[in-house]
Amino acid sequence: MQPDQRPEMLKIENLHAWYGESHILHGLDLTLREGEVITLLGRNGSGRTTTLKSILGLVSKRTGSIKIHGTEIINMPTHRIAHVGKLGYCPEERGIFASLNVDENLELPPVVADGGMSVDEIYKMFPNLEERRKSQGSKLSGGEQQMLAIARILRTGANLLLLDEITEGLAPVILKSLDDVIRKLRDRGFTIILVEQNFRFAAPLADRHYVIEHGRVVEQIEAADLEAKKEQLNRHLSV
Amino acid sequence: MSMQVILAQALLGLNVGVFYAMLSLGLAVIFGLLNIINFAHGAMYMLGAFIALIGYSLLEQWFGISLQIGFWASLLVAPLIVGILGVTIERFMLKRLYDLDHIYGLLLTFGITLILQGLFANYFNVSGTPYPGQPESLSGVVNLGFMYFPTYRLFAIIFSLVVCFATWYVIEHTKLGSRLRAGVENPDLTQAFGLNVPLMITLTFAFGAGLAGLAGVLAAPIYSVSPLMGADLIIVVFAVVVIGGMGSIMGAILSGLALGLIEGLTKVFYPPAASTVIFFLMVLVLLFRPAGLFGKEK
Repeated sequence: MQPDQRPEMLKIENLHAWYGESHILHGLDLTLREGEVITLLGRNGSGRTTTLKSILGLVSKRTGSIKIHGTEIINMPTHRIAHVGKLGYCPEERGIFASLNVDENLELPPVVADGGMSVDEIYKMFPNLEERRKSQGSKLSGGEQQMLAIARILRTGANLLLLDEITEGLAPVILKSLDDVIRKLRDRGFTIILVEQNFRFAAPLADRHYVIEHGRVVEQIEAADLEAKKEQLNRHLSV
Repeated sequence: MSMQVILAQALLGLNVGVFYAMLSLGLAVIFGLLNIINFAHGAMYMLGAFIALIGYSLLEQWFGISLQIGFWASLLVAPLIVGILGVTIERFMLKRLYDLDHIYGLLLTFGITLILQGLFANYFNVSGTPYPGQPESLSGVVNLGFMYFPTYRLFAIIFSLVVCFATWYVIEHTKLGSRLRAGVENPDLTQAFGLNVPLMITLTFAFGAGLAGLAGVLAAPIYSVSPLMGADLIIVVFAVVVIGGMGSIMGAILSGLALGLIEGLTKVFYPPAASTVIFFLMVLVLLFRPAGLFGKEK
């Protein structure tokens, strides 16, 4: 099936978002089809993380339209969105709970849909974590925390993954493992939004790239056009 | 001084200690998980005792209902009613103050305490009304070898210990507990995972309030039921929580029990200090270990 014939999973139209008095997103539009991997690129403060947080209802105010599987979630309370959208979130700061051990962190998010990976499957995918099952979250290395942050949303049956800066501060050897993980997830049919600073990491993984500036999408680049539009992209991303 | 006297006084101290432990546990659950300093905790303890009293002897006289709620039923009914009051207070009052400093929640719950105390003082003798509903099966004394100890008091000790350690187990070792701890640590992310944190907050507050109500029912056959019974105890219980470490569940239980014992033993060795020894220890803890014996420095 061609990517553009796949059903729409997420459709964002004219999204505005605020943190208190600060108006961060200014009419953002974005479409994501089932099984696609897209990246949100842009400079710091452009609104990429806020886009993910707006989908989840973690901003103080949002207007416009966010539909997941055709269901409008713009006015939905945060705790219902993961269930309705079959959605898993890996935050920028990883969000590993220091007071919980690896097993407890892994089993914390509730199941939102059938078909999630079993704990055994997850430990097979992340063998390092299995060795540290009883360690407190605060005792894990950065790489282990990142793996755990991704692992725990795979148990829930979520098929739309929002991954925010998962490569930040990690050593090259860990990046290689993360690259493997994302490829495996893509092959399993997960739909993924990657917010990334590390364009080298994200470029080979994504079907499409959205460049965000001042809270709106200024460029949409298909993976096939990436080479041709490289200069344009560099201009947007250069500081 | 004989060992017998020391052991007897220690056991009586433990009897007081279990009430400290149950009340400070409720306070610690509410503070540790919700960051609310619930000054109304003593009033909820008092309310639990009054619900037991009213249910046993005043339903017909006051409401014309020919029903008597016995002690065992009160152990369920009173915490339930106090828990529902807790839900009302959290949902409709405290919730409005979450964005403000803790002191506002404390002032609100202090106000609620005064209202409840005033209300009951209007209808009941401030010096106390005996609770006549102690079950027949718990009357009499048990021979412990070193002393004869009232059966009911022994029951109160064992029952409270079971409740305290069961609560600790649920919070520290079950999935429900890990969700609560996660909700405290990072409420936004916990909600993003699909957990209803506001509901968890309300139910936790209700549970903490219910624990106070339960302690009130347990206390009713031992102490006189009085509108000020909670006010007398809450100050000591706050000291217990400070010594154990604000928010530490095990700290609240262990320091409650230990301080009851210390208070009991002080009565043997130097009676005039019995009522102040806990506050003396609180001062020492605040000076040398401000986060409490079991608390973590922030």
